[in-house]
Amino acid sequence: MARQMTGAEMVIKALQDQGVEVIFGYPGGAVLPIYDELFQQDKVRHILVRQEGGAVHAAEGYARSTGKVGVVLVTSGPGATNAVTGLTDALMDSIPVVCLTGQVPTHLIGNDAFQECDTVGITRPCTKHNWLVKNVNDLARVLHEAFYIAKSGRPGPVVVDIPKDVQFGTGNYVGPSNIQHKTYKPKMKPEQPAVREAVELLANAKKPVFYTGGGVINSGPKASQLLREFARLTGYPVTSTLMGLGAFPASDKQWLGMLGMHGTYEANLAMHDCDVMFCVGARFDDRITGRLDAFSPGSKKIHIDIDPSSINKNVHVDVPIIGDVAYVLEDMLRVWKAKAPQLDKAAHKAWWKEIDGWRAKRSLAYKNHTDFIMPQYAVQRLYELTRDKDVYITTEVGQHQMWAAQFFHFDEPNRWMTSGGLGTMGYGLPAAIGAQLAHPKSLVIDIAGDASILMNIQECSTAVQYQLPVKVMILNNQYMGMVRQWQQLLHGNRLSESYTEALPDFVKLAEAYGWTGVYCDKPADLDDAILKMVETKGPVIFDCRVANLANCFPMIPSGKAHNEMLMGEEVSDELVGSAIGKEGKSLV
Amino acid sequence: MVQTQKQSHYPSITTHENVVKRTLSITVDNEPGVLARVIGLFSGRGYNIDSLTVTETEHAKHVSRITIVTQGTPMVIAQIKNQLDRLVPVHRVHDLTEEGNPLERELALVKVVGKGEKRIEALRMAEIFRANVIDASIEHFVFEVIGKSSKVEQFISIMTELGLVEVSRTGIAAIGRGATTG
Repeated sequence: MARQMTGAEMVIKALQDQGVEVIFGYPGGAVLPIYDELFQQDKVRHILVRQEGGAVHAAEGYARSTGKVGVVLVTSGPGATNAVTGLTDALMDSIPVVCLTGQVPTHLIGNDAFQECDTVGITRPCTKHNWLVKNVNDLARVLHEAFYIAKSGRPGPVVVDIPKDVQFGTGNYVGPSNIQHKTYKPKMKPEQPAVREAVELLANAKKPVFYTGGGVINSGPKASQLLREFARLTGYPVTSTLMGLGAFPASDKQWLGMLGMHGTYEANLAMHDCDVMFCVGARFDDRITGRLDAFSPGSKKIHIDIDPSSINKNVHVDVPIIGDVAYVLEDMLRVWKAKAPQLDKAAHKAWWKEIDGWRAKRSLAYKNHTDFIMPQYAVQRLYELTRDKDVYITTEVGQHQMWAAQFFHFDEPNRWMTSGGLGTMGYGLPAAIGAQLAHPKSLVIDIAGDASILMNIQECSTAVQYQLPVKVMILNNQYMGMVRQWQQLLHGNRLSESYTEALPDFVKLAEAYGWTGVYCDKPADLDDAILKMVETKGPVIFDCRVANLANCFPMIPSGKAHNEMLMGEEVSDELVGSAIGKEGKSLV
Repeated sequence: MVQTQKQSHYPSITTHENVVKRTLSITVDNEPGVLARVIGLFSGRGYNIDSLTVTETEHAKHVSRITIVTQGTPMVIAQIKNQLDRLVPVHRVHDLTEEGNPLERELALVKVVGKGEKRIEALRMAEIFRANVIDASIEHFVFEVIGKSSKVEQFISIMTELGLVEVSRTGIAAIGRGATTG
């Protein structure tokens, strides 16, 4: 039913009709009419962030932890440009986000008006699609289309740029059911010959490996269930990318741990030596493959992806299957069961034996100390002390992120929110806020670094305003640890600008925002500090002082192959110790 | 011991061999910014554009046809097609070269200035190439030449010797052979 209303009313109506409960935003001149409508209703809850970048990351955290679309509302000009990093982040990690931006009135567009920028021009390469709505009668259709595009196929961010006069103008509203997209129709169901070929390959594999990714999470909980069923049925080893953690339970005996640059020895070696690789919703990213010409040289590769452009982008695959992971796995399971293949049990036994040999290397092992906290130990204790809780973890970007991925184990999907593709420092705190809003009763922890957390520290204020009890555990080594690690490994130990000279007192900073601050620098006190953080009712910053010069291993360095990993124990204390002068050492 | 490594962390650039040239026909919704999306894709992902033509071909439906001549390895060409197909306003992407030796034509306007022998020679060559004179004075001609790119190239190269001062080319318009549509 078409109904007359203003553009601003349409925005709110469309959000309501799309079932949106929460939006993240920041007001400004060009979105005032929408904010006025927001004020006069109570179905859509608005969360006021402290910077627009925070709004997009919060929407990402909300989306990633629920499977719903995250919604952002920002003003023109700087509002839109501040959102760009978050939009790019969502594009790289395939997170569904609808970002509504205000724009100067249509007659001023192109005029260099106050707070004007070419929003659709700027966001064109960092969105799945975007629109500038110049006619109020197009607005409702575009808004519904925006939700459809954001969440269907390979999810991603979209921008709808709405000039102020369009918000004021009156036109016809149409509901979501009237929307049919004429060109965008992603393929969900796979071609059956490809499914049969893939099952055939897997059934005859002697050294198989499942390589799963964020696509399993994006496909929904059913995809994770089907993946588990298929893995159980085959008995094959499973590894996952950073984005896919939780789709397959880390407590399962078939789990090899994460693969890639900082993945486990067994996962990377299994990838390198396998004869059939089953890639499920991952995209052969450079952090996964390492040196391309030495990537899993002897294997036949099966690749499930909903986005045809991911197929053969980096690595040639033998059996591409275009479709949604859940649909494809469902079909593969059916074919597998009907076929009831005779597996080469002896070969699989030998393969597992080989894998167990790699596991015995204990690639994640680290040397613990009694006088200072090892960052790995801090994450491990956090995991062990929160096992019985309903936990969601977000991270910033850097060493702490990798340690979180290695030492915090996930048994369920949608529990792990991290910036994988873009690697955005400052992602974790706003993402935790988004996740906490979606799961008010759960324990949401941002595992952070001392450098990253400062990139969106202003969002502490948001958490206080909405009484969100998020916890931030800063693995504080007083360095941009990953930058320093690379400088140590690749740039002759010249630690150019990677030392954080003037860090704030995080406990006082927490208190200034109305948070609780916790400090700990002794392994003996670590458990108490973690429990204090977890048990405190409101938001907490835990300044966890860790070994300053600990590095993240194992690592596949410098365009090397999977079987050329650098292990932690090969890096002597001497070398790491020589990385810093007297003054720096006194800070440990 | 960890060695200091001078090389970049990133995998070395794969050398491209076996580059092929393809003519793609892309049908799109003629909405604002659609050309920017297509061109932005090429520049953003480092693909080549050798020739580009675009205009609305079905006015009632607001559908435009973009013809792009590009080159790359077969893997890159496949990527280009998939990436184009992924754009929301794109209806279809056709690889006309793959579908069979397409008809390709280009139009060029060629301005030649000169007097005496060269002027006469220019006019004679224009006749051989079936180029039309569409503007003239006692010291110049503007020729209109239509044909395959190779013919246009050849014509321009000859005219360079005979007082060529300016060229404007349309880029390639292409269509598949036979009764089927692209």
